[in-house]
Amino acid sequence: MYVAVKGGEKAIDNAHALMREQRRGDTAIAELSVEQIKQQLPLAVDRVMNEGSVYDPELAALALKQASGDSVEAIFLLRAYRTTLPRFGYSEPVDTEQMQIERRISGTFKDLPGGQVLGSTYDYTHRLLDFALLAEGDSAPSEQASNNMGVPQSHRSEARTEAENSDKLEACPRVLELLNQEGLIEQSRGDGEEDITPRDLTRQPVNYPVERAVRLQNLIRGDEGFLLSLSYSSMRGYGDSHPFAGEMRSGRVSVELVPEELGFPIEIGEVMLTECEMVNQFHGSKDQPPQFTRGYGIAMGRAERKAMSVALVERALRAEELGEAVNYPTQDQEFVLSHTDCVSANGFVSHLKLPHYVDFQSELEMIRRLRKAASEASAQPSKDKADTAGEEI
Amino acid sequence: MSSQLSSQLNKPATQTAGAEGYNFAYLDEQSKRMIRRAMLKAVAIPGYQVPFGGREMPLPHGWGTGGMQLTATVIGEADTLKVIDQGADDTTNAVSIRRFFAKTAGVATTEHTADASLIQTRHRIPERQLRNDQILIYQVPIPEPLRFIEPRETETRKMHALREYGAMQVKLYEDVARFGHIATSYDYPVMVNDRYMMDPSPIPKFDNPKMNQMPALQLFGAGFEKRIYAVPPYTRVVSLDFDDYPFEVQSWEESCSICGSDHSFLDEVIMDDAGNKMFVCSDTDYCRERVEQGFTAENPEGQQGLTPEHNQVQQENKKQDDTKAEEMAL
Repeated sequence: MYVAVKGGEKAIDNAHALMREQRRGDTAIAELSVEQIKQQLPLAVDRVMNEGSVYDPELAALALKQASGDSVEAIFLLRAYRTTLPRFGYSEPVDTEQMQIERRISGTFKDLPGGQVLGSTYDYTHRLLDFALLAEGDSAPSEQASNNMGVPQSHRSEARTEAENSDKLEACPRVLELLNQEGLIEQSRGDGEEDITPRDLTRQPVNYPVERAVRLQNLIRGDEGFLLSLSYSSMRGYGDSHPFAGEMRSGRVSVELVPEELGFPIEIGEVMLTECEMVNQFHGSKDQPPQFTRGYGIAMGRAERKAMSVALVERALRAEELGEAVNYPTQDQEFVLSHTDCVSANGFVSHLKLPHYVDFQSELEMIRRLRKAASEASAQPSKDKADTAGEEI
Repeated sequence: MSSQLSSQLNKPATQTAGAEGYNFAYLDEQSKRMIRRAMLKAVAIPGYQVPFGGREMPLPHGWGTGGMQLTATVIGEADTLKVIDQGADDTTNAVSIRRFFAKTAGVATTEHTADASLIQTRHRIPERQLRNDQILIYQVPIPEPLRFIEPRETETRKMHALREYGAMQVKLYEDVARFGHIATSYDYPVMVNDRYMMDPSPIPKFDNPKMNQMPALQLFGAGFEKRIYAVPPYTRVVSLDFDDYPFEVQSWEESCSICGSDHSFLDEVIMDDAGNKMFVCSDTDYCRERVEQGFTAENPEGQQGLTPEHNQVQQENKKQDDTKAEEMAL
């Protein structure tokens, strides 16, 4: 008899129990702790924080554990938690110029005030599997050293230890501001433009076209893979973008808040940030001489791929504002911003797993009717012909 | 009309949360107030898509987050909730959403259409005619009827403002030219109150006539797209068509293998490898009700000695058919 959709309730319970069992894996193997994930998978944690839009490494690590390591699922968990959090207020804008630099590189100047700081990076590692890790030991020190081979001399990888040893840190002005002295690059803000608290896109609906602050907010929450591919496409010719990495820096920045009852800023903590500024060409217009323009990206934690992708896409989306032709998807606000969110994208694609019996039934009925009409129509003329032929005889 | 909505809206916010650490029905009261405002605007401008600050919900987009936000906003302790997906109460997602509200709001739930004060639905309108004291909440994936003709929001907003709906008529005309009739079978566009073109959500066009002059308030929520729209009770809802190619609903040669109904929307169930199939009512509560009243596949006319309740159902259905006929005449 008819059983197809019965028993949904029990099926859900069983599915969840099975999922919990699968997540735990072989119980003979020690369980992974949230602290271990936080400490040993920090880049995964950073991605979940970024797209989950919450700076909380512990909760991000918990989400990763609960999601069996699926970052999109973990991001979703964190988002669903975030949406219930009360908003106490808005922090003061963070000053990344005062960042305690861990890593800072520029693709445009060999040396510059503050120096290049290589910091920790996978960039110059040779991608050889380290079988020492498989044996659950640390990789040999000699290997670590060889991993750093091929680093240009100007990359002062020892700068950090030097800085740590000396009491005074060298000032680290933004690279792009150096170009400003000659007026070669656009100002990061217009004359007399003041800081405004940006609209919160998780609280207010987005109506296109949207301002730059909302675009950036959207991109920073956006799916890393999607943004990476979009920026890649814009560099390969589907968009007129092949910029220079003016600067990439990561480190800790203090966050300040002005409580209403105090009226002056107090420091409430520190966040780890990665910031990227791209330098793009601009051919100038009637009113403006040629100068460089900026693309800006920032991300929580150590997330260089993300910060660079945001900066590239962000600049491409400024096409309209700068009077450039909008020819490619990456330059199209509605196309890019409506599709960046991995939680939405995943939700909508995976909703195809939900039953669509009714709609499909409607389509079945329709296609049967169309086919019936078509076969009747093709049968009809030959019959007419036969009739006429008969009459003639 | 709106006294019904405002009575829902004026229910005092209760802090007795069903799930620990969360407000009654999950959403915080500030968010609910924001959604109510959007909802009132939607009721005041039937068929117009009102942007709202859609919240992120603990279910994925496309799984009913829009409908859930509306339900969370209008639901009160005294409400009885029914949730259906594809017309059935026990499809997995319907079960999941019903449980969510049972847990977070602690409200009574039911599978009986007649007993529910709120019905959240995906893809169907119940066969039983709804009453004025009920609210029907639709889950909407894509609220914009013109989306597949013009993907840009900036453009479609203009088209609605100028009532520039020719493009949709052209699309339907192309169907007629190519197939001999309109080939849209679900998600069939309607005009609401002779002003706005509206996407009825992906219900089969079989259900479209039920929207017209419906006594119940109809609310539509699109979570990801952050839009709310509404059809107030007793509002004219007309499916698009042409004078010489009038709107038609699906019909089946078969009738339900369980209750023998020849007038409800039927699901096709494949029975074996040879492709043998049976047809059953998609609205499981309607089917159950008929079986209780003695209708069977062998005896579609029902047994002797009909209950008064049965007569009522029959009358209501007849009334619905009449409305349908009127609609066709228009």
